[in-house]
Amino acid sequence: MSRTGSLRSQVEEFLFREAALLDEWRLDDWLDLFADDARYVVPSTDLPEGDPERDLVFIDDDIIRLRARVDRLNSRHSHRESPRSRTRRFVSNVRVEETGDGELRVSANLLVYRFRSGEGAPYVGAIEYILRRDGRDLKIAYRRAVLDLEDLSWHGAVSIIL
Amino acid sequence: MDIKDLIVDDRDRGVFRVHRSCMTSADLFRQERERILDRCWIYLGHESEVEAPGDYRRRTVAGRPLFFIRGKDDQIRVFLNSCPHRGAMICRRDAGNAGVLQCFYHAWSFSTDGDLIGVPGEDAYGPHFDRTEFCLKSPPRVDSYRGFHFVSFNPQAEDLVTYLAGARDYLDLVVDQAEEGMRVVPGSNRYTIKANWKLLAENSLDGYHLVPTHRTYVDYIAGFGTDDSGDTVSARPPGVAKALGGGHCVSENISRNGRPIARWHPIFGEEARERIARVRRRLVQKHGEERTYRMADTSRNLLIYPNLLIMDFVAISIRYIEPVAPDRMEVTAWHLVPREESGPALATRLDSYLTFLGPGGFATPDDVEVLESCQAGFRATEAGWSDISRGMLNPCPGTSDELQMRGFWRQWHAHMQGRDRTNVKDR
Ligand code: FES
Ligand SMILES: [Fe+2]
Repeated sequence: MSRTGSLRSQVEEFLFREAALLDEWRLDDWLDLFADDARYVVPSTDLPEGDPERDLVFIDDDIIRLRARVDRLNSRHSHRESPRSRTRRFVSNVRVEETGDGELRVSANLLVYRFRSGEGAPYVGAIEYILRRDGRDLKIAYRRAVLDLEDLSWHGAVSIIL
Repeated sequence: MDIKDLIVDDRDRGVFRVHRSCMTSADLFRQERERILDRCWIYLGHESEVEAPGDYRRRTVAGRPLFFIRGKDDQIRVFLNSCPHRGAMICRRDAGNAGVLQCFYHAWSFSTDGDLIGVPGEDAYGPHFDRTEFCLKSPPRVDSYRGFHFVSFNPQAEDLVTYLAGARDYLDLVVDQAEEGMRVVPGSNRYTIKANWKLLAENSLDGYHLVPTHRTYVDYIAGFGTDDSGDTVSARPPGVAKALGGGHCVSENISRNGRPIARWHPIFGEEARERIARVRRRLVQKHGEERTYRMADTSRNLLIYPNLLIMDFVAISIRYIEPVAPDRMEVTAWHLVPREESGPALATRLDSYLTFLGPGGFATPDDVEVLESCQAGFRATEAGWSDISRGMLNPCPGTSDELQMRGFWRQWHAHMQGRDRTNVKDR
């Protein structure tokens, strides 16, 4: 296998494991994938290139707020996800680029079907990561989910982790 | 059911009930369009969304496709987004800049002030063809107040300032917070709620639901501690709710949480403390202690009847509700910030917005859920009525009382019966 090929399969393995943790709602385990200085961003649907320092976005979490988000989602008082929706996510078209400083710039396509209250619809978009080597494993330093939807429509909210 | 019986309003017994068909009936929804949305002033957009000549924005307002554009003379004009020739949409993007507006069907072109300036093969129309008959059309009434632009499809509508009644002072209280005026930051949050639009008008003013529905948010904020140093706030009376006349209502709270304008909270971080104190000194200098207190230490959820909310608490959100069907609304929210804020001050404010507000925040998803839950519950038609009586016998209603929601409903009921204004002093 070529060098990029094996690097890609290592990254894919990581992304697939992450997807499984989210679909299984093992959010505390999912949090362990993040570096302490990580950031999680979801821009607004009408401004996919949105920058949380200047623009209105849906989500801009540092690790503290990300932990709080997980605490909230774990609580039965997080009403939009209590009872939890069923989700199934498909991660594909993975591309990996090594940056000089030992980090990996990763992009992938994202499709998450979400079912709840007798209905279901997909979130469709692209997901970008900066992954950092951590011994033999990887850590998420940056994670940005960019929706292709024109508005949140049926979902009414970004109530799950995208 | 007769329209006059849809609301029970018994002030002696303190009973206020709304029949749930108000949220489910297709007939009433159609009548609402005619009697309310087609008669009132409806929010269109903010001046800062079109900063440069030629900048335009497309909107759907009370069902109509519209756009507004800043002309070369700096005037903002509003047009129906439909070609006077045969109807195609002139403006086919949500936002952009244009020197000339050209329809893509037969390529007629219009100036940014709406004049027809180009017709391919014009001679074929003969000598009586008159370009002035084919200018872009505007809604019957267009007006603005301090940067907020509204339209009305009612040619007889009273002027906007009269219409705003007591809500005007509250808008001032928001706009005056800025030194150099307000602007809307790029990006908007758009989402659908499968519920009747009036439920969100109600919910946005409802202080009673805050703790039970938004417990995870309340816990999250409590985790940061509070700033009670030199706290003058606890000595003040609790929040108030008011009907401001014409269906406009406000719920005004003493803020225990942070206000990016001039009330520091640990969530903003130590480095923000001095900066926020400076803004406060500036406000006091300009507006005096009492008004600064209101701007900085109180927060307000303001309903501009029928379907606009200005939510001024953790940040300032403009929230527009477009009714789409009896059981469906489309919501657009924007973030309004003082123009002079940039860098760390702006970052603090943008961050504060996202804690509560927005469909990815720690509270709004729960509101979406609760409204859809009510709407689904209404299918149990035997249940009949919803109760909005809380605090009706209280002589000075607080924000957990429901006077503000009754104010909205009383105006709605009056309009639906073909009457005009409700009494400002309603309890
Ligand atoms: S419809 Fe616009 S030019 Fe014909
Ligand atoms: Fe709420």
